[in-house]
Formats: sequence, structure tokens, C-alpha cells
Amino acid sequence: MAITKFFNEMTADDGSVRAHYAAYAAWLSDTPADRIARKRAEADSLFHRFGITFAVYGEESGTERLIPFDIIPRIIPAKEWSDLEAGLRQRVKALNSFIHDIYHDQEILKAGHIPAEQVLNNAQYRPEMQGVNVPCDIYAHIAGVDVVRAGAGEFYVLEDNLRVPSGVSYMLEDRRMMMRLFPELFARHRVAPVEHYPDMLLHTLRSVAPVGVTDPTVVVMTPGAYNSAYFEHAFLAQQMGVELVEGQDLFVREDQVFMRTTQGPRRVDVIYRRVDDDFLDPQAFRKDSMIGVPGLLNAYRAGRVTLSNAIGTGVADDKSIYPYVPEMIRFYLGEEPILNNVPTYMCRKPEDLAYTLAHLSELVVKEVHGAGGYGMLVGPASTKEEIATFRKYLVANPEKYIAQPTLALSNCPTFVESGVAPRHLDLRPFVLSGTEVQMVPGGLTRVALRDGSLVVNSSQGGGTKDTWVLEA
Amino acid sequence: MLSRTADHLFWMARYMERAENTARILDVTYRLSLLPQSEAEVQTMWGGMLKIMELEDAFHVRHEAITPEAVLAFMIFDRENPGSIYRCLRATRENAHAVRGTLTSELWETSNETWLKMRDFTLAKMMESGPGAFFEWVKYRSHLSRGVTIGTMLQDESLRFIRLGTFLERADNTARILEVKYLNLLPGSEDDVHTADYYQWSALLHSVSAFEVYRRVYRDQITPLRVAELLVLRADMPRSLARSMKEVYSNLSRLSNVRSAETERLAGELESHLHFGRIESIFEGGFRQYLENFRDRIFDLGCRISDDFLIPTTAES
Repeated sequence: MAITKFFNEMTADDGSVRAHYAAYAAWLSDTPADRIARKRAEADSLFHRFGITFAVYGEESGTERLIPFDIIPRIIPAKEWSDLEAGLRQRVKALNSFIHDIYHDQEILKAGHIPAEQVLNNAQYRPEMQGVNVPCDIYAHIAGVDVVRAGAGEFYVLEDNLRVPSGVSYMLEDRRMMMRLFPELFARHRVAPVEHYPDMLLHTLRSVAPVGVTDPTVVVMTPGAYNSAYFEHAFLAQQMGVELVEGQDLFVREDQVFMRTTQGPRRVDVIYRRVDDDFLDPQAFRKDSMIGVPGLLNAYRAGRVTLSNAIGTGVADDKSIYPYVPEMIRFYLGEEPILNNVPTYMCRKPEDLAYTLAHLSELVVKEVHGAGGYGMLVGPASTKEEIATFRKYLVANPEKYIAQPTLALSNCPTFVESGVAPRHLDLRPFVLSGTEVQMVPGGLTRVALRDGSLVVNSSQGGGTKDTWVLEA
Repeated sequence: MLSRTADHLFWMARYMERAENTARILDVTYRLSLLPQSEAEVQTMWGGMLKIMELEDAFHVRHEAITPEAVLAFMIFDRENPGSIYRCLRATRENAHAVRGTLTSELWETSNETWLKMRDFTLAKMMESGPGAFFEWVKYRSHLSRGVTIGTMLQDESLRFIRLGTFLERADNTARILEVKYLNLLPGSEDDVHTADYYQWSALLHSVSAFEVYRRVYRDQITPLRVAELLVLRADMPRSLARSMKEVYSNLSRLSNVRSAETERLAGELESHLHFGRIESIFEGGFRQYLENFRDRIFDLGCRISDDFLIPTTAES
């Protein structure tokens, strides 16, 4: 099956410019090429100076790499956004209900909507969380839901990231860069602002403080300056005006978490942790973790500190659970899902495996626990050898894989070496859940810079674009 | 503030100040090496500088003979030499990077940009436009960093740890700069300054941006005793030991915690000796002795500040 037609964000099939891109397209064609070239070079040097980079392991300090930034924005009209937003809120609400249910009464399993062993035997299921109550019953305070547009332009959810989703700092920095480089564009367009995201995040984090704490101390916890997302951790801590801590800065005494300060120990109430579950507490999880805090799990279970996101949210964003999300929406909310799920073949089922093996050259095959674009096969873009290798993996461990049809991801004009050419993109909006559910309009648009590539991850050479939601 | 954050701020400031003063020491030595003299004298001068920087042995591991080019390569670009300007600027940037959320964006960007530019310099490039221009660049980046610090940082604990680091380092470094000179320039009688010596003393004053200051303060000939007085005891001279200790003490006393009483007392004691001291009595006891002893006390203060504030307190404390 060869994919021939893609939805183009800027132009319709008949070649005319879509209404919401009209003003931008006119500006682009009126702007001299050398001015654009100058601005693109300026953006690069500014990103370097600001140090908006991701660390490359094993290289000398300061050689962090830039995530390529494209100056052609991804524009979303108001109406499309409001539908998308409603769908995202619905989805994240259902996911939070699901996690709460799984760690309490497991009604959805009893009702037979999801096979119990799929959940309870999942490596991301944390028995330590069974029966633990968390503030507001919210587990995924920060969710980054990957959405793509396919076919005639309908949105599909590709993945729910409920553990430590990243990328929001690029959303904010891309906007800052666009406003600095092309202020005139913002005079011509009513672009919905996103700059208040850190404020919203702080509000969310404070709203889920342990019961009885009136003026909570919030911190951001990072694995350290050499983590690939360190820039984002430091950025968010700075923007919220809270401390950026590492595991070594914290300790637990009598189930209370403290940070070590120049004036002695100081209590910590809410930890926005950017550290995976496995590394949080060497006494409870991986013993070799150097970046965790001994005793943290006990303090958490005692309700003396809030971890954000909660421990054990991975049970809901696993690729083997993904096919059941529409069912969760119906079960917990009594609503029909607004957003589409991508049809998914679960290779642990013999009939799905058989179908997958017979259609490898058309399908995308992903590892159930994989992330970051590693360990996946994009059938139409792969060689016979790659497909043969993957076939062996699949036959050996079918339960480790799912397969989905290769979506014809929408594309958008993008600056590349040869000029402006269409490149595929996705969108990661961020959903904040505390006492209320909040979002800023838009999200992070990632773009696959290689011609024909459908993989947008920065670790795989993806770039980013500013995302404009136009106000009505 | 987190102890670890304070530690990074303190060392970020120390390394920036150290880079600047290393540039100053190299600058004055380089200028003096251009005065008419024998090759042996030039070698002694560079050797003396390495000795006072406590890098003599490390140098000889890497190079056989002392030549100006070898010393400059070692002191500016050598990645293996922890005292090189390259390493100081890298450490400044690494410390800033570790606490970039605590710094203002301007301050972080200043430090990041300095480091990015430093990586582009090479020995050949530097010699082409003359080492002087490079030293000037280092000084200006340090000035800029200090100015951005004062101009943008909130006047809270973080600023005080930065200032504490700056002035503790400067106290040590100014003492070293004086030692370099007094190693081969034994002060004679006040009115007996030879022409050759005149250039030596004026180069020293230039190296700490004190030449015009000297003229304005003394309105008289340059004499070794007055030069020492200016750089040791004059609290209105920004790079003097007295000014540095005043700043150390005042920042320290505002950071005070339950463990720091003795450290504050020792800093205050050192400061008041400078405040009430007389240069004649310092010279009577031997100037080099005095400087060495001063640096030992600065070293001790640095260790104490670490213990009191920067090393994370344990769960038991």
C-alpha cells in the first residue's frame, strides 16, 4: 500500500491556500528570501546563546545540540482547536478516573471491559499504589497527548504521555522566538497567547498539595544537569519561581520530605518530579538509583508529600492499554469519545499477530513499552532486511508489540536545505489537571525534517514549529 | 536556598574572578617580558609566576622549557590544566548551567556566551592579534558578568553567595599578583627607584587597573611601599585586600546561620587587621611572609564557608 496523498495544513487539494493561512502565506511570499535567511540564522544563534538545547551524552560540555526550529508556524483555526480541546479534556479526565479505579476498586476490570491480566501483569502497574489516596484523586497532573491529523484532516490520538511528558519549554521558547523575530506577524494575526503556562502549572501543583497544607512549598526535581531535558527542568523551575532540586538535595525524616538549605532543613510539600518511577526511591524501586530519595515512597504513601505525576501512571499510557481508552471514556464518563483512536493490532492475540505478520510492509509496529521513537518499524519506509529482522522479533515476543496502520500524517511547508517543502508533523498539547482541568491553546508542534519521514522525535532528528491557535 | 545551589553560585563567581585575575597576571608578566633583559631573566619571571600559581610542577609535566608561548598555551588553553583560563571559563559555565534556573536569563546567557566564544579561540588566533587583546576580552567578559549580576539579580541570598565567591577569590588572587612581583622586586629605599624598576611597578599597577588610581591617590612618584599600601590596605581601591575582605565580611555576616559564628569572627578579624594595619609594620615582618600567611587564612575561610553553608546538612542535623 503506497501512501500518496497527505493532508496539507496550508493548502487545500485544489492548490488554494486555506483561509486561516491566507495572511501568513501572503506575508511569506512578500518577504524577501534574504531577510528570511537572516532571521533563520539569527534564531539559531539566539537558541545557542540562550542555551536552549538538549544534552548529547558523552560530549564535552557546551556541545549540547539545538532542536531545529522552523519559522513557518503551524496554524490551527479557533473552531478546530475548541473541538480538539474538548476531546483532550474528556480523554485526560477518563484516564485519571481509570488510574484511580485501577488502584482502588478496579470496577472497569470487574465489568470486563479490559482483561485484568493486561493491567495487573503490566510492568507499569505499581502494586505499592494499591489503596493509596492522592489529593483530588488526580494522578496525571501533567499530560502530554500526542495528536496527529490524517486522512482528510481528522485528528487521531497517537499516544497519551502520563509519566513525565516533556517539550512544553520548547512550546514557550518557540513562541518567544517568533515574537522576537517577526513581531509584525503577531500584529496581523490574533494568536492565542501561551505564555501563562508556567503560572497555570504552579496553580495546578499548589492545588494538589497534601491535605492541610495551606501554603505549600513546590519544587521541581531533576535527574541533574546532564539529563537530556535539563533545560526544561531548569526553565520551568525558574518560570514558576521554585527551587530546582536533585535527589541529593532532599531527605526524608519521619515520613516528611525536607530539602537541605543554607539555613538548615526546609519542608517540601509538592514535588514536580521529572524522574521516572524506577529511580525515585532506591529503598522501594531500583536499588542502584543515585538520583532518588530514600524513603520517598513511604512519605508519599503516608500522604505527607504530593508527587506530580503520581507513581504508577504508566499503567494508563502503555501502548497495550491505549486501545481501551475509548472504552474508559464510555465507562467513566458515560460519553462517546470525541477524538479518534488509531486502530491497533495487539500482537499478543494470535489473530492480530497473524494479520500483522502478513501486512508488515504497510504497518507501523511499536514496542509496547517503547518511547522516543526507538524500537519501531515503519513498514512502508523500511527495507526488506529491516522487515525481516522485525519479523523475527515479533515471532519471538509477540506480546511486546502492537501494530497500527501507517497514518498518512498531515504535513506543513517547512524550511529545508532545498527551500520550502512539506514535512510531516504532530502536535503535543499539554493538559493540566488539579482541582480543575486547564490548557493553554495549542501545544508543541514537532516536525519530521527528513523527506518522507514520519518520525518527529527530537532524538530522531525532528524539529519544532510555533503553534498558533487563532482566536475567533 | 539549597546548599547545592549556593555552592554552584559561589564557585561560578570564583571561577569567573579567577579567569579574570589569571588574565591580569599573564598580562603583566607578558608586558614585563617585553622589557629589554636577558633570556634567563625572562625565564625566571615566567617561572616565578608559575610558582606562585602553584602550577610549576604541572607545567613541567607538559613542557620541558619555559618559553612565553609554552606558558601562555598552558595557562590559557590547556584543557588538562585546571588553572587555565579555558578551564576556569568552562567551570564558570558548568556551575551556572547547574543553577541556571536561579540566575537571571541575562546572567546565564552572559556566562554561556563567554564559554561559547572561548571555545572558538586558538593559540594561533590569539597570538595573531596579540595576547593583550585576548586578556582584555577576558577582563571585559568578567566585568560584564559582574555588571549583569549586580544589575539584574535580586538582592537576596543568591546574590550574596555570588559576591562572597567573587571577593574571596579576589583577595587570594591580588595577594598572588603582589607575590609575583615581590618575588624578584625586593623593595629598596623609598626614594631609590631605578628606571627599569619604574616599568616593573607601573606594569604591576596596570595589571590591577590601579595606575591612574595610584597617581590620583599619591600624586607622587611610584614607590614599592606605596604600591603595597594601595593594594593591601586602601579599602577604597576596588581590588585591594582590604576592599575584598570588607566585602567578604559584609556578605558573610548577612548570610549568617547557626553554624557560621566562628567563620564570621575570623573574617571580621582579618578585615579589621587590614582596616587598622600600617604598611610599615607589615614590611617589618616581611612582606612575602605576610602575603603567604594572608592566603593561608583565605584558604581556611573558604573551607569554613563550605562546611557552614555549602555542604548539605545531613538528616540528623
